[in-house]
Amino acid sequence: MARIFAFITHRSGVPDDTAAELAAAARKIDPAASPIAVVTGQGPDLESVCSALRATYAEVWKISGYVFSHSNAESIRKALVKVIPAGSVVLAAHEHFGIDLAPGLSVKLSAAYVPDALGIEGLDGNHLKVVRQEFGGQISSHVRCEISSGAVLTIRPGAFKPQENASLAGNVVDKSAEVGALTAGRRYLQTILAEAGDVDITKHAVLVSIGRGIQEKDNIGIAQELADVLGAAVSCSRPVVDAKWLEKSRQVGSSGKTVKPKVYLACGISGAFQHLAGIKGNPFIVAINKNAKAPIFQVADVGIVDDLLEFVPELTNKVRELRGITAK
Amino acid sequence: MEILVCARRVPDTSENEITLNSAGNDIERDELVYSINEPDNYAVEEALQIVARVGGKVTVATVGGEDDEEILRREMAMGANQGVLITDAAFEGSDGRGIAAILKAFVQKGNYDLILTGVQAEAGGAQVGGMLAAMLDYPFASLVNSIEVLDGRKLKISREIEGGNKEISEMDLPCVLSVQTGINEPRYVGMKGIRAVASVPIPTYGAGELGLEASTVGAAAAKVKRVDYFVPALGKGAEMLNGSREENIEKLLELLAAKGGLK
Repeated sequence: MARIFAFITHRSGVPDDTAAELAAAARKIDPAASPIAVVTGQGPDLESVCSALRATYAEVWKISGYVFSHSNAESIRKALVKVIPAGSVVLAAHEHFGIDLAPGLSVKLSAAYVPDALGIEGLDGNHLKVVRQEFGGQISSHVRCEISSGAVLTIRPGAFKPQENASLAGNVVDKSAEVGALTAGRRYLQTILAEAGDVDITKHAVLVSIGRGIQEKDNIGIAQELADVLGAAVSCSRPVVDAKWLEKSRQVGSSGKTVKPKVYLACGISGAFQHLAGIKGNPFIVAINKNAKAPIFQVADVGIVDDLLEFVPELTNKVRELRGITAK
Repeated sequence: MEILVCARRVPDTSENEITLNSAGNDIERDELVYSINEPDNYAVEEALQIVARVGGKVTVATVGGEDDEEILRREMAMGANQGVLITDAAFEGSDGRGIAAILKAFVQKGNYDLILTGVQAEAGGAQVGGMLAAMLDYPFASLVNSIEVLDGRKLKISREIEGGNKEISEMDLPCVLSVQTGINEPRYVGMKGIRAVASVPIPTYGAGELGLEASTVGAAAAKVKRVDYFVPALGKGAEMLNGSREENIEKLLELLAAKGGLK
């Protein structure tokens, strides 16, 4: 079996949550695997990341240099191509950095590429069977990947359950000298933090969240009225922001806000994983969607197949009636 | 600026329920509504806006078959100068790597300063742009949500990263960018516009014209192959309320009250 490497991202000296998930995915490929973590960066942050990873990985490869002070996928790809042996299997998280890095890395390693793996059903000779999703999560597929010349896989965050209480005390190996000078046609300039919006959706216990099913900007009032009677805020999924119907600060998801409400009413939201990644704290999720196949119904607690444009106003009226009765 | 946009025609997931066919080996493809892959449409709009600012020409290319001409005409109706159909029986069954290899051969026939793709298509791979860039040894950035043309054959671009934050970078041209939805507001295309380009010839390129060996693309070269589709059994699944709308609302209100949704 080829060696398995896991490229680990980190922030402020702490490995990303996916670090342990990648180790779990590696063991799904080969139960006997002792995957090697690879980390790039510089200074004390890099040292503390490597130190933290020793619990989960028996070996941690450290690549240090000023060029790695910001995550530039092009520089990091060039570094990885220099240190990772041909025929290896390389794992990375399927998030904004993995999407930047992995496709090109697979080309430069002459390895097969499987993006966004949700499950790994094992190795049969040189063929790895992987579970994916297509059509925005409406349907799943198995793919067979030929790994005789290596493979790069990106792993869906949250899909692999990490081993608890890992305590390996692994070795840190400094690979920086093997990398040498690197040039890149893409240069980091700065990071611009998200603007605060008019409403802070992260502070609300109840969210009325709308997706593509709201159909047009003028219909947002329907959701706002329900939110008003519930004392809730209106949040949304990506298509609503793309259409410029609500501000970016209202968007729930990996590229928007992470929310922890008690109750989440998903109205006309299909439930793409990037959206679900922004819902934390195990809220009570109600899904209202015309499409009975919408993936949101797999994660919701209660589902209703209906047109939100008709259902929500009637719900709002009922809540108003209820409020009227209880007020007496 | 010469801009190439690589686009695809896909089943429109906002218009279709995707289900397994009766044999269970494919999705049910009868009666699917197809359209241009939504992120690709944003990429075309972005290309048109760049050309409106700095001059140049927009070519939209797709790897596919005759049916895919419809999206090329749609994007020409938006304002693209040319549509190109890259088609050959030898291309069938290509994996992402194969498609990138075909596009690389096509890119090398032209003189493009900038190549745009949508961030991902229906299979959610987000892979072809990054592969194409690596094959060409061009710089690459994914999830791009703004593009500014600078002097001296450079771009200033923004990428969408976590939490609504943006990562700003400078890129040397030529480069490949994968464009995120929401980068702009794609213009409306009416039937009149599509009729106006209905008879414009669409050049086609096959393996021969592109100098591609059949063994390097298509099913034979694919290291990654889809075996089947299946209906996912993820999570516990929702308790579905299947009553009348009134009954569903009654039940939902009971549940909301119990869960703290009705303060």
